[in-house]
Amino acid sequence: MKKRTLALFLTLALVGSVLSGCGDGSGNQDVEGNHGYEERKAANEIVVGIAQDLEDSLDPHISASAGSREVLFNIYEGLVKPNSDGELICAVAQDHQISPDGRTYTFQLRPGVRFHNGQEVTAADVVYSIERCADASGGAPLVAAFSVIQEVKAVDESTVTITIAQPDLDFISYLTTAIVPEGYDQLATAPMGTGPFRYVSRSPQENIIIEKFDDYWGEGAKLDKVTYKIYEDSNALLMALKGGSIDLCAHLTDAQASQLDDQQFQILEGTMNLVQAVYLNNKAEPFDDMAVRQALCYAIDRQAIMDFVAGGRGTPVGSSMYPAFTKYFMPELADYYTYDPAKAKELLAEVGYPDGFDMTIMVASNNKPHVDTAEVVAQQLRAVGVNVTIQQVEWQTWYDEAYKGRNYQATIIGVDASNLTARAMLERFVSTDSSNFINYNNPEYDQLFQQAITTTDPEEQTALYKQMQTLLTETAANLYIQDLCDLVAMRQGLTGLVFYPTFVLDLSTIGWTA
Amino acid sequence: MKERNGYLWVGITITCIMTILALVGLFWTPYDPSAMDSMQVYLPPSLAHLFGTDNFGRDVFSRAMKGLATTYVVSLGTVALGAGVGILVGALTGYFGGAVDRVLMRINDAVSAFPSILLALVIISLLDFGKYNVILALGVAFIPSYARVVRSEFARHRDMNYVIAARLMGAGHGRIMFSHILPNTRAVVVPALIIGINNAVLAESSLSYLGIGVRSPDVSLGYMLSESQNYMGSAPWYVLCTGGCIVLLILGLGLLGEGLQQKRR
Amino acid sequence: MKYAVRKLAMMLLTMLIVSFLAYLAFQIIPGDPTNKILGTEATEEQRQMLREQMGLNRPFLVRYGDWLIHFVQGDLGDSYSYSMPVGEMLAGKLPVTLLLALLAFLITTVVSIPLGIFSAGRGGWVDRVMTVLGQLTMAVPPFFIGIILTYCFGLVLQWFTPGQFVSFSQDPGACLTYLVFPAIAIALPRIAMTVKMLRSGILAELGKDYVRTAHSRGNDRSAILYRHVLRNALVPTVTFLAMTIADIVAGSVVIEQVFAIPGMGRLLFSSISNRDYPVVQAIIVLMAFWVVLVNFLADLINQRLDPRLRLQ
Repeated sequence: MKKRTLALFLTLALVGSVLSGCGDGSGNQDVEGNHGYEERKAANEIVVGIAQDLEDSLDPHISASAGSREVLFNIYEGLVKPNSDGELICAVAQDHQISPDGRTYTFQLRPGVRFHNGQEVTAADVVYSIERCADASGGAPLVAAFSVIQEVKAVDESTVTITIAQPDLDFISYLTTAIVPEGYDQLATAPMGTGPFRYVSRSPQENIIIEKFDDYWGEGAKLDKVTYKIYEDSNALLMALKGGSIDLCAHLTDAQASQLDDQQFQILEGTMNLVQAVYLNNKAEPFDDMAVRQALCYAIDRQAIMDFVAGGRGTPVGSSMYPAFTKYFMPELADYYTYDPAKAKELLAEVGYPDGFDMTIMVASNNKPHVDTAEVVAQQLRAVGVNVTIQQVEWQTWYDEAYKGRNYQATIIGVDASNLTARAMLERFVSTDSSNFINYNNPEYDQLFQQAITTTDPEEQTALYKQMQTLLTETAANLYIQDLCDLVAMRQGLTGLVFYPTFVLDLSTIGWTA
Repeated sequence: MKERNGYLWVGITITCIMTILALVGLFWTPYDPSAMDSMQVYLPPSLAHLFGTDNFGRDVFSRAMKGLATTYVVSLGTVALGAGVGILVGALTGYFGGAVDRVLMRINDAVSAFPSILLALVIISLLDFGKYNVILALGVAFIPSYARVVRSEFARHRDMNYVIAARLMGAGHGRIMFSHILPNTRAVVVPALIIGINNAVLAESSLSYLGIGVRSPDVSLGYMLSESQNYMGSAPWYVLCTGGCIVLLILGLGLLGEGLQQKRR
Repeated sequence: MKYAVRKLAMMLLTMLIVSFLAYLAFQIIPGDPTNKILGTEATEEQRQMLREQMGLNRPFLVRYGDWLIHFVQGDLGDSYSYSMPVGEMLAGKLPVTLLLALLAFLITTVVSIPLGIFSAGRGGWVDRVMTVLGQLTMAVPPFFIGIILTYCFGLVLQWFTPGQFVSFSQDPGACLTYLVFPAIAIALPRIAMTVKMLRSGILAELGKDYVRTAHSRGNDRSAILYRHVLRNALVPTVTFLAMTIADIVAGSVVIEQVFAIPGMGRLLFSSISNRDYPVVQAIIVLMAFWVVLVNFLADLINQRLDPRLRLQ
């Protein structure tokens, strides 16, 4: 009897001590030394945490994911490049003129721009790069907007002219396309550009290392070396942040950011510059029925999602355009469908789903904001009778299955733009576009797009693009949610983070303070 | 043993409490385990919320009950499948012996060369995730160990006097195997079953922790642990309560098994 | 010697079956590998060409034989996701996992054998405490131990930096410091099991006739324990430890995830999710070979410890 009591007591005591032993320090412990970061500071380098591995191919003309583009932005430049205000500034080109008829673009190359192998950029390289992306022999050209190109010509060593079939207001924005060395055949494995950083090495699923390019034509990078470390598991990412092995990490959720010690990290707030939505496969049942999609729009409470995921921050969007597109963004579309679960239920009943239906939302598990959003959305949809299962998959699987394979029912992801033309956001919903992963098919939309890209009147074009956005909203192409608030954790002592209106992270301006 | 068996009783007590929680959790929980409330996030444990609330304002205790229930269903299902098939294979090979026995046992050896969690991982990757696939995957992975244990028991009993006697009385093979020999192997099989449940709980939580076990809206303890780790800084009770549940569940079963062993001595 | 040869033959046979099963499993998977490589937009002709190139059109057994021969020669195939040889991908990861396993195994052995001897034959409360402690340790899943260790030693005490794994070639000291904690997480439950095993083994031996005889001949307790009892009690323990070292490698999938260690387990896990089957297949077969090999070695050691086994 006595022994039994003792055993019981011991058991409880042990359980208690194990549980409390680690609970005690969990509130606010002082983190003094952050091992390693001083060393990195002394070596003038940083570690950037990213949640997903880059694509297999690092070829800047082929890689399609925002995550890859975010990294490659630091390595490559086009003839022109965007600055943080969203304007195009000259990069590889020093200056350019557009002929009065709007069809011939003449670029004077900047003298002394070098590739990372030391070679100077010549007109031949530019011609090669543009032609490579315009080449339609393998089906569609790598850059769809380049299909209007008629001729690319090197006038002399440092002048290039590009002639296009008809005037195109957006064309110049696509010349941010990376300039690569002529005939260089290792783009997929060893990037070679003209940007402020040069590629050093890559270890799949582990890291990508880049270092300062000393012969950069411009101001150049402040840091000597940057290591991107891949943490596909959000727990591991958080641990690494708290433990001090990462100096900079973007795209955090409010819950993640709020756990970081403000003596260690400054939390900067920007916008992610993407359209987060429940993207619906318009070919998959029951989303091939517009009425079903519309019904579900009433079931989504955007404010609640923002409250849970980003502490109330973020901007609601109602179509495929985010606020940084000041010229095109239509805030009123966010109110087109107001949150009204009763109405959603009613509409569902009208179209033959009085008891709702089952659906699966696929989401890439490494992306915490989207995973959390999926949980909230699922709960909101359940309230109107739609039984949601969340399928978390690895990023690569998501990319293969959902994006490339279009083999999914619904998915939550953020869609960004490669440049600040409305076309970059809206072209993908043209029925024949290769990146139309939601299988949106609307002849009216296709027609509007054709009009928009051929018109020479900027105002008419803006109006057409707005019409297209409205169409997406009216037909409920997707359940639009928000442009996420981008929380970036940056180690105290680092400065110079600049937010861009596109989904990039410019590392060249970041540096340690003395 | 004269004195009362402390381990057994502590084990039974813990296991009973956990089982009751799980059984109740199947039908009723204090709160809706998936109801979110943005005004109630990260509440520390209190009388209203025994285990506090999580980042979505969900009641952790209710979720733990639900998770416990899922964990139970998966573990029992796994053991039922693994032990069921394992006993059948073991009984047949052990009882009849011969060439079939040798071939099957060689394959059995080969299969058990794949560590069970790996086997489950691969099977799940072929089948896709979800509760029932976890049961199937783990169940298959558990078959070889039961087959081996049962086979050696049957081989040992095959030529014992009571079996020969039954045979002489004209009992059929099936009858001899399952109503004569099987009950006599319980001393070996019952602990193996308890250890099996234990391992199944561990394996299920590992798989769900890796994110390839159960999927939302289902919850299991491993899944919750993986989720809660994200909020260790803001809601330490979440991770501790969830982890504590797993520990208690396995501890209860472990003590129960230990107690049973001591009782036999 | 004959015993060893027979066991060796058995081992090779098992490996053959293992490799066959693994190969078979990855052949019956639904889905076309050309889909994964070429994407969904490829034409049927392109697929056919790739199939021809990959030799997918040959009969199953021929393909298996071909694969096995290449495998034995060290050519493990090419990854679908990363167009590089699997062998190259493994080269950096395998040593990490082996080092982790070795560390965990060392900790297990060094701690558990003395502890097992100590705990045997001590009745009363020491015994109870040991048993309860053991049960408790076994009840905590390794990944939960991992979480707690990361928290306590990584974040609060800062003995290591979570997420900042350093490779052995870079800094052996830092590498080992980092790996000790995951190794402990793996080892703890194993220690509890080994202690329990050894303890009951010793207790069972102590009750045997030869021990009583030895006692009556006037040998002192510790001499009996170390010269006779331990030798016999170690036989099942060695087998168990062998299983442990095999399990450790498999269990590393979870622990490597918790501690963000770039080892084979993590590669396996992500390859499974990415359906990169050549990588999965290679790792699975290697791990199974590892298990079979370790069991073989355990058999040999056991036979040295207990020559009777030779006759069986």
